[in-house]
Amino acid sequence: KYLLGYFSLDQSGGSWFLPSLMLTLIRPTMFPVLRNEDLKEMLESNKESLKLEAMKRVVGLIAKGKNASELFPAVVKNVASKNIELKKLVYVYLVRYAEEQQDLALLSISTFQRALKDPNQFIRASALRVLSSIRVPIIVPIMMLAIKEAAADLSPYVRKTSAHAIQKLFSLDPDQKEQLIEVIEKLLKDKSTLVAGSVVMAFEEVCPDRIDLIHKNYRKLCNLLVDVEEWGQVVIISMLTRYARTQFTSPWKEGAVFDENNEKTFYDSDSEEKKGQIEAKPYIMDPDHRLLLRNTKPLLQSRNTAVVMSVAQLYWHLAPKHEVSIVTKSLVRLLRSHREVQYIVLQNIATMSIQRKGMFEPFMKSFYVRSTDATHIKTLKLEILTNLANEANISTILREFQTYVKSQDKAFAAATIQAIGRCATNISEVTDTCLNGLVLLLSNRDETVVAESVVVIKKLLQTQPTQHSEIIKHMAKLFDNITVPMARASILWLMGEYCERVPKIAPDVLRKMAKTFTIEEDIVKLQTVNLAAKLYLTNSKQTKLLTQYILNLGKYDQNYDIRDRTRFIRQLIVPSEKNGALNKYARRILLAPKPAPVLESAFKDRDRYQLGTLSHSLNIKATGYQELSDWPAVAPDQSVRNVEVIEPVRNLPSSHTSSYLLMYKCFVLWDKFFSKIRTLLWLRFSLSDTIDPVFSL
Amino acid sequence: MIHSLFLINHTGDIFLEKHWKSVISRSVCDYFFEAKEKAVDPENVPPVLQTPHHYLITIYRGKLFFLSVIQTEVPPLFVIEFLHRVADTFQDYFGECSEVIIKDNVVTVYELLEEMLDNGFPLATESNVLKEMIRPPTILRSVVNTLTGSSNVGDTLPTGQLSNIPWRRAGVKYTNNEAYFDVIEEIDAILDKSGTTVFAEIQGVIEACVRLTGMPDLTLSFMNPRLLDDVSFHPCVRFKRWESERVLSFIPPDGNFTLMTYHVSSQNLVAIPVYVKQNISFFETGNCGRLDITIGPKQTMGKTVEGLMVTVHMPKAVLSTNLTASQGNYTYDLATKVLVWDVGKLNPQKLPNLRGSLSMQAGAPKPEENPSLNIDLKIQQLAISGLKVSRLDMYGEKYKPFKGVKYVTKAGKFQVRT
Repeated sequence: KYLLGYFSLDQSGGSWFLPSLMLTLIRPTMFPVLRNEDLKEMLESNKESLKLEAMKRVVGLIAKGKNASELFPAVVKNVASKNIELKKLVYVYLVRYAEEQQDLALLSISTFQRALKDPNQFIRASALRVLSSIRVPIIVPIMMLAIKEAAADLSPYVRKTSAHAIQKLFSLDPDQKEQLIEVIEKLLKDKSTLVAGSVVMAFEEVCPDRIDLIHKNYRKLCNLLVDVEEWGQVVIISMLTRYARTQFTSPWKEGAVFDENNEKTFYDSDSEEKKGQIEAKPYIMDPDHRLLLRNTKPLLQSRNTAVVMSVAQLYWHLAPKHEVSIVTKSLVRLLRSHREVQYIVLQNIATMSIQRKGMFEPFMKSFYVRSTDATHIKTLKLEILTNLANEANISTILREFQTYVKSQDKAFAAATIQAIGRCATNISEVTDTCLNGLVLLLSNRDETVVAESVVVIKKLLQTQPTQHSEIIKHMAKLFDNITVPMARASILWLMGEYCERVPKIAPDVLRKMAKTFTIEEDIVKLQTVNLAAKLYLTNSKQTKLLTQYILNLGKYDQNYDIRDRTRFIRQLIVPSEKNGALNKYARRILLAPKPAPVLESAFKDRDRYQLGTLSHSLNIKATGYQELSDWPAVAPDQSVRNVEVIEPVRNLPSSHTSSYLLMYKCFVLWDKFFSKIRTLLWLRFSLSDTIDPVFSL
Repeated sequence: MIHSLFLINHTGDIFLEKHWKSVISRSVCDYFFEAKEKAVDPENVPPVLQTPHHYLITIYRGKLFFLSVIQTEVPPLFVIEFLHRVADTFQDYFGECSEVIIKDNVVTVYELLEEMLDNGFPLATESNVLKEMIRPPTILRSVVNTLTGSSNVGDTLPTGQLSNIPWRRAGVKYTNNEAYFDVIEEIDAILDKSGTTVFAEIQGVIEACVRLTGMPDLTLSFMNPRLLDDVSFHPCVRFKRWESERVLSFIPPDGNFTLMTYHVSSQNLVAIPVYVKQNISFFETGNCGRLDITIGPKQTMGKTVEGLMVTVHMPKAVLSTNLTASQGNYTYDLATKVLVWDVGKLNPQKLPNLRGSLSMQAGAPKPEENPSLNIDLKIQQLAISGLKVSRLDMYGEKYKPFKGVKYVTKAGKFQVRT
């Protein structure tokens, strides 16, 4: 009714019948109803071209994020249009607004139901796509039925669409889980490369814990992998990585993972047949484990960076240590790609290079920084170079760092100084060289560089304070010119900590601080109080009055942390009748020898997250992150994967399906029979080779 | 996987949004704007961001941000790679990927996005498949469409989707059958102050343009395949043949595509085609500096160096330049502080030189570091690694195609430290 009212208004607007896009665009947006009214008129006209024009404009509105929901009744009428482009645009509209207009959306359902039976597979698929994208809970049973039917469709494209629909239905109504799992189970058996990626995606979303569904399809997935489309490859590889970690034993045994004793007990509990081979070879890789590694390796040559990364993480998490390095070259290759790709790849290399320097050392120069790199790329490269540093290459790396320190990008220059500090602590040969270099930087013109150097020098001095009173003196001289609070605080801390090494200078610094105390930053004030306390304990004759003055200033400071600290320090160091107990220990508390800080990589322990994941990138457990399990101590039954005995049949054309089924049944029967005998005789065989056991029996 | 996509221009306007699942309010982009504000330079915005309920993965291409909203764990490279594929597709369809073009073709863009993802999972990303479903806009076609009422959208399933060679459509017909291969090599290098090579490597790519009728099966072989250290292929290349025989055997996509990329390791000595003599200095007093750059040929294998260009990102304190170029023109952008010297062809008899003075902001301290020089160049008919295609054979079709191979060497990330 009210639409009619607006209708007359629009008539006065006068131009509703003009199909020109321009006119609508220049109309004032203050009258959205007016504008949409002419669209409505066009949509209800008899001319296809007018309808199409209107729909295009509607989609334009949706794209801009404008509300076009009041056109719903007019649009939904066109869902059965013969014009394919018009129909598709209507689909776009439906998917966008059906959730808001559930009742009206139901009008379109019958059209889709009809289309689901269309002889054209493309139309069947797109009908299912839209039907499942309409988030209207009332049609859940219809969707369920459509998915079940589509999962048995002859066209692999429709089956693929049904795999996608599974996820949509699951997010709409999680109660359908059990039924959906049945469909997933069925689709997992599908032998089309088209379906594989999508159904594994559905599996990951709906029931990632149902590892048992994978067993029978494991070998098939491994063999299909090369021919699956790129996106599916990524999903399958990451699922198989998780699967392998639950089903195979660790190939890393030679390392420190298991000690001698453990290994023995481990094999004692395993099959007797294996036992004979233990003496010669302590670890035999499951052939299925090998199959996975072998079939993913060619994918390192993929043009898709996500595929390469997923293979790299698979090797990192599953391959024997000496085989992991085959991924290096491919990862380094990815560094030529877009900046965002570089960012992710560098993050992963940073994690890898902490544990396995050798993998990336030959490619050290690929991580050299260019002045045109973005700051976060530069910092990551720096991180990796620092990880790679060892006695042999440290001089090259330090020379390279010298160039970086001078960079105009000050954040990066500061990061370089941190990196030099880390090299200095890690490689004792160069500690002195680095320290001297850093001291030279103290006379740098740039404040951030100086400040960062002070902070790093402070950390370095803590590790070996004995012979460096010269440097401390030097820093005291610089103190007046340094304004960065963190650097000032660091110098004050150093003065306090090693005040006995610089007995003449420290009180003087305190005197200067007393003058400027009120205008300093909070961290500087805290360190001033600290310095005062330490000097009071070691040299109370000279500093007693100064200390008291500073404590008085602190007492009335605006910041409560400083007031608290002052009160605490005063009670601790100044003897009075109330606080005898702690006073005795003041010296031991304040001047205790302190452990040196450990300078380590921000990427240490990042490998607790599976590489290549969002969680790894953010260093935070992301929603829906699936933890990689530890290797099982004892491999679960290998025979669960054994369905593939009929593997040669796989390649037969579909007309042979019946004979295939027959053979399959035969095999199942034979397998049951065989396992009975096996249990009877208490014989245990490795069933990995599917023919052999028969003969050996 | 991918929940929503927002396209944002460099001034921060969201000009397109697309949701594959429930609608997510565009206010989620505020977290991104915050990070963008912090990063100053758009290149410095971290590609992966975390917000209280979502994760944002962004790429920056052609002054546009492609921002995708993610709700659950997903390999970030998966999303990044996909977003770049979207940008590539736009480029392929419309010739460029810019705000204006996307706004002009918003319906086609929307149709494309609809086909490329289903429920956030990539559906059709192969350009050949997409082009069968949604035809790229051309002026002729839009005229025909308005007259006849036909549309740009196909109503049958693209043949490629079903076959195991999704990259090629069936029933391709040409009157002139041609196959062209461009071997393009880029030299990535860092040279230090004295001209010594700190780091150099060659990255190559073979771009193909194949217009052949039917289902041709091609084999491309090299004279010296051992040179190739690390390779990556278009999915059409049969990896097993490469492993065993070192030949590229493939059924090509129709039209333009990247056949392979390769890497020639830095262990091999990389020929550096030019040398740079430079002297950039800033004086302690007087607020000025000097600049003197000369470029000469080094190892050019007897070919001419063309398209020579030098780009220098000057320190912020440099206000203006007063230079003379013996060859070519130079420009200095006052806002971005970038000096570009377009030299053109390198004449070995008369070496190009750029010299003069730089004037600095009064009172600014002398810059700590001299700016590094980025060199751009091009050498036709030369693959600097020495790679040579020996032959191209075609099987499966009867006609005789016209074949051609072209070599080009370019400077990639070629940087001279000063």
